[in-house]
Amino acid sequence: MQAAIIVFPGSNREQDVHDALLRVTGKAPLKIWHRDTDLPKADLIVIPGGFSYGDYLRCGAMAAHSPIMREVKARADQGTPLLGICNGFQIVTEAGLLPGALLTNQTLKFHCKDVYLKVETSRSVFTRGYNAGQVIRVPVAHHDGNYFADKDTLDRLEGDGRIAFRYCSEKGEVGDAANANGSARGIAGIFNEKKNVLGLMPHPEDATDPLLGSTDGQGFFKGLAEALA
Amino acid sequence: MSAAGAATLEQARQFGLDETEYRRACAIMGCAPNLTELGIFSVMWSEHCSYKSSKIWLRKLPTTGKRVICGPGENAGVIDIGDGEAAIFKMESHNHPSFIEPYQGAATGVGGILRDVFTMGARPIANLNALRFGSPDHPKTRHLLAGVVKGIGGYGNCVGVPTVGGECNFHASYNGNILVNAMTVGLARADRIFYSAAAGPGNPVIYVGAKTGRDGIHGATMASAEFSEDNESKRPTVQVGDPFTEKLLIEACLELMESDAIVAIQDMGAAGLTSSSVEMAGKGGLGLELDLDQVPVREENMTAYEIMLSESQERMLMILKPERQELARQIFAKWELDFAVIGRVTETGRLVLKMHGTVAADMPVGPLVTEAPLYERPWVPSPVLPEIEASDVTAIEPIAALKKLIGCPDLASKRWIWEQYDHLVMGHTVQRPGGDAAVVRIPGRKKALALATDCTPRYVAADPKRGGMQAVAENWRNLTAVGALPLAITDNMNFGNPERPEIMGQFALAIEGMREACLALDYPVVSGNVSLYNETNGSGILPTPAIGGVGLIDDAAKSIGLALKNPGETLLLVGETKGHLGQSLYLRELLGREAGAPPPVDLAAERRHGDFVRGQILAGKIAACHDLSDGGLLVALAEMAMAGGIGATITLPPGTAAHAFLFGEDQARYLLATNAPDAVLKAAQSAGIPLLKLGISGGDALTLGGAGAISVAELKRINEGWLPAYMAAS
Repeated sequence: MQAAIIVFPGSNREQDVHDALLRVTGKAPLKIWHRDTDLPKADLIVIPGGFSYGDYLRCGAMAAHSPIMREVKARADQGTPLLGICNGFQIVTEAGLLPGALLTNQTLKFHCKDVYLKVETSRSVFTRGYNAGQVIRVPVAHHDGNYFADKDTLDRLEGDGRIAFRYCSEKGEVGDAANANGSARGIAGIFNEKKNVLGLMPHPEDATDPLLGSTDGQGFFKGLAEALA
Repeated sequence: MSAAGAATLEQARQFGLDETEYRRACAIMGCAPNLTELGIFSVMWSEHCSYKSSKIWLRKLPTTGKRVICGPGENAGVIDIGDGEAAIFKMESHNHPSFIEPYQGAATGVGGILRDVFTMGARPIANLNALRFGSPDHPKTRHLLAGVVKGIGGYGNCVGVPTVGGECNFHASYNGNILVNAMTVGLARADRIFYSAAAGPGNPVIYVGAKTGRDGIHGATMASAEFSEDNESKRPTVQVGDPFTEKLLIEACLELMESDAIVAIQDMGAAGLTSSSVEMAGKGGLGLELDLDQVPVREENMTAYEIMLSESQERMLMILKPERQELARQIFAKWELDFAVIGRVTETGRLVLKMHGTVAADMPVGPLVTEAPLYERPWVPSPVLPEIEASDVTAIEPIAALKKLIGCPDLASKRWIWEQYDHLVMGHTVQRPGGDAAVVRIPGRKKALALATDCTPRYVAADPKRGGMQAVAENWRNLTAVGALPLAITDNMNFGNPERPEIMGQFALAIEGMREACLALDYPVVSGNVSLYNETNGSGILPTPAIGGVGLIDDAAKSIGLALKNPGETLLLVGETKGHLGQSLYLRELLGREAGAPPPVDLAAERRHGDFVRGQILAGKIAACHDLSDGGLLVALAEMAMAGGIGATITLPPGTAAHAFLFGEDQARYLLATNAPDAVLKAAQSAGIPLLKLGISGGDALTLGGAGAISVAELKRINEGWLPAYMAAS
């Protein structure tokens, strides 16, 4: 699997996801500078976490209009898997590839901590490494991850099996107590209609190394590598 | 007021220079300096830039060692960490700006210390911060704490450097003068360190980064004066941070540093373009000629004075090899940062500033640096406080005392703070915040750095020498407790008004204590910062020499934390427990007494015990380790239980006074959990290390044989509850 990581000015978790992909799949991903409009062939496109353009406007709003995003959108439309993590989720959503919006956390504060996620479906290239209902522990690190969409959109996402992850307790219970940021229906990650685009706030890439507290994120990248080999 | 006209003594006083200093400036110039020149004298000779009150004392600190590549005097200290790699680090205060405007003050403090480190060629890999706030009851404390934490997070999170550790305590002496000390640790190739001395007459002087505005003019002077009630009016001297630009600046500078283009580089920190140009020229024994019309500005009609004194953030000054100028320009264009040739290096030894076709300033660099005032200020030793006997201290039921202590502001969990910092970005944080020291792995290696900041200001106030010693020793102990070998420190000396002999006495004696500890522990000082005049309306802070330490562990997988891992592990207490209650938190929090002498520090014992503990950790014999400090033994045990979610049962040695044994703050002690107790006991015996078998881990409560019990859940509720509840109240 050849992955390409899009790097914007202000991206800061590109190395984390690079290292995770290399660690789990054995193949180093390419890093693509945002001004390159010429996107090389890739089996997976990743938009990493960070503060693209400082996020001085709405998070992700500037990067969503960067020249390379036209090419990214075209590839996603053609079916190339596109993964947006944290700021990447915000960018992909601002670019209109996913519905809804990421609002400021309910606490109005940045939170960096481990959370538990319930894998809602194993039927996608991104989640096939897990079982549906499985609980995994991965970190979050964001200020604006409070997923919002109108009721119809949320119902449609649920009806179409397009919710990838929800925040939950260690035992897998979804609810206010386990909701990391106030997201509607505890949503931590969603797919587009074709399920080749995933946006999620947590960082599976920071849970791939046994020394760093959790390896629950490995299944994520293993599953991708198997699907896209 | 014309920039060309001679500046008066009255103006010099407004700029913070006294009459002698003004006369000396006139003598150096051969006439009265003009306003721009006077401004340059005033900031270069400010306490902040010149260290005029502290320098003679700082020279006493040991600054060399086999690991030291570069000691104090450059932007940051550099130590050898093997494999051709170097750690570059420094801690710096941003106290006054953070009190005036907590978000921007703290944010730009982080930005400034990051620049000090990447200026030298290092990629920043970790940030820490040592914070001191006023009493929680003070009306400003909540607002200041919220703002400072948000500012540190806002900057550090955005630049993508993990904030992995630090400390935070509260005391009424900081009510009008909080302390915000930020530390950055970076990683560089040992053969590619960048220094600031100008070289090569004719070489271009390059300005890169953000544009210059009118913010922060005279910040260094403000930082060198006491506060009074009108300090709100000083808000315009606080700079505004832009972490996004800083992130670009880091990437652009590190990319340029991959080539051999840079002759010298210096960040524009306090006193901006003035101090950077004077320091570069001074260190190189050369002159600089700058054309201020070429400086990128973001406001119109800025004067030479304003351009030279601005403390706008995210700017660097470089001297390049002329043939590499175009390459450098392209790199900065890629990162969309300003790049301007603003002058050249000369052989004249003078700083010449030109603007609008006229000479705005022309002054000799050498005397500006070498003839800076240096004061041996009068000092008196602090009064000696009596040793307090445990028998003279009321004994309170241990569990009740423990509950009070772990919920007190200084010992309550600081999770509310560090969860607002991205402590995981970069993906190498092996030991997270909340333990004795953070452990950050070196990318691509097995080895890791251990990092911590420490100071116990109430000890320093009670006995500056013991307190200075203890700050260094505790820091050394914290790095040891995770299994690392402590290598070197940076110090951030926060004190009151040095013109008062009792304050100068605190400074002089704290340095003496630090010196002895550094020597005994083979723990040199490689960088540091002095912040004086931390007073408001004549009342000084507790003397606070914050120590930031860096240690090395060859295999990150061997590092351990404080969390109890398993039931059934034996708890061992390393070190001697005499039950020293003077200046203890027990005395302060339960009995309302800030009294007595602080615990003595036996440096030889520190070294012996620490070397033993580290050896046992690296031999894989220890499952968890915690240094004993604030609150003593029972607090340490409670912290280990809470972190692991596992209880413990201990018995007190017969004949001991429980309150002194459990809450005394004797030094040189560690609490270990092990599943190989016999081996550890045997090793201790042969090494002559005092070791006491205390009990065993297990269950869901902390049980004191015959003296009560408390569930770990209840401990956690109290310990985790205080800060969020305090911050949520209004």
